[in-house]
Amino acid sequence: MTTETHETDAIIIGAGPCGLFAVFELGLLGLKTHLVDILDRSGGQCAELYPEKPIYDIPAIPMCTGQELTDRLMEQIKAFDPVFHFQEMAEGLTKLDDGRWELTTDQGTKIVAHVIVIAAGGGSFVPKKPHLDGLAEYEDTSVFYAVRKIDAFAGKRIVIAGGGDSALDWALNLQPVAEKVTLVHHRDGFRAAPASVDAMHALVDAGKMEFKIAQLAGVNGDGTNMTSVRVKSKTDGESDIPADALLPFFGLTMKLGPIAEFGLNLNENLIPVDTEKFETSIPSIFAIGDINTYPGKLKLILSGFHEAALMSQAAFLVCRPGERLRFQYTTSSSDLQKKLGVR
Amino acid sequence: MKVHVTDLEGNTKEIEGTIGWTLMEVIRDGGVSIKAECGGACACATCHVYVADEWMDQTGERTEEEEDMIDLALDVQDGSRLACQIELTEALDGLQVTLARDAVL
Repeated sequence: MTTETHETDAIIIGAGPCGLFAVFELGLLGLKTHLVDILDRSGGQCAELYPEKPIYDIPAIPMCTGQELTDRLMEQIKAFDPVFHFQEMAEGLTKLDDGRWELTTDQGTKIVAHVIVIAAGGGSFVPKKPHLDGLAEYEDTSVFYAVRKIDAFAGKRIVIAGGGDSALDWALNLQPVAEKVTLVHHRDGFRAAPASVDAMHALVDAGKMEFKIAQLAGVNGDGTNMTSVRVKSKTDGESDIPADALLPFFGLTMKLGPIAEFGLNLNENLIPVDTEKFETSIPSIFAIGDINTYPGKLKLILSGFHEAALMSQAAFLVCRPGERLRFQYTTSSSDLQKKLGVR
Repeated sequence: MKVHVTDLEGNTKEIEGTIGWTLMEVIRDGGVSIKAECGGACACATCHVYVADEWMDQTGERTEEEEDMIDLALDVQDGSRLACQIELTEALDGLQVTLARDAVL
């Protein structure tokens, strides 16, 4: 937990393409930014869902991948020196007496700013949880969606479920310290890297790991400690695997999360905004990109870029009351070129 | 053409389909809640549906890319498909599918 309080002009919730471009548009107006994102890197859905998939509808870029778009935006905003708070979830929002906002993250970071820009896409990426009765009772004691310390699993009997890189990598990394690792996957094929799959099969052949073609069917225990994981297989039916820990790795899904508690008007988990300022029902809180809604809204990256530009004009007037907003072009303005670091 | 979509509560809705659209697009457009987080890029598994047994021949096999994404799906069954990977054709008129929990929750 950190207790440091940062001060800035704008806090951007979400470091996806629209959040990143908001850094650019706010930066041109001389506004400083901090970004908060639950992922461990920038790019949002572009980085998490389709880093390798092609995008064809970014103006003037005939084709780029999700990762390339992210990389280009990071390069474009570099001069503005944004501060990123990765692997943190925006949790609490309080209005201060001086009219500014204080945002608190789940890691205890506090950031004070004049405006909040919600660019949270489809919400926070959170682990997809198996639909098993009683699973929640064992979360954080026996059921984990991430491994923070390998040592915590020393001597444990572990069931790992899934067929991607996370499942295979953790099966391989935990095997040396665990008493037993059982990998449970619904088929013989894997989406994980072939080298990891080969390494897993080698351990199984050597009797050092179990692999079961099955799916999770339940968890058993006394309500505090899990004792076994129930699995079902097409060929053998249901069976219990004695286990101290269960690690399900079924990727991430998006949930709106604590933003829903900010007091904003919501419409089916989207945030209604006006189309002049892209401001929410609460003054000085803006929403851009996939998370907002207005008549005619299209969930396109290019729409989010436009929204970022208009939002920034309104945000400037909140951050710099009394100052004149000067409209300039990057092509001709030496002031803007200085801000961009090209002059 | 029509498709019949059953939700988690067991209610079935008849939706007007359009040939050439994907099943995911038709469900989304038809007012049935489906997450489809990646928007149809076969990059997540949140448009997971179960194709009724009698329709599995007509909907065909999962592609390898789809098979890989189904690794992220929960409660996989023989009829598990990603709705974004089923393109509607004349032969699929009357198609029956049930939404999987991870396509909604």
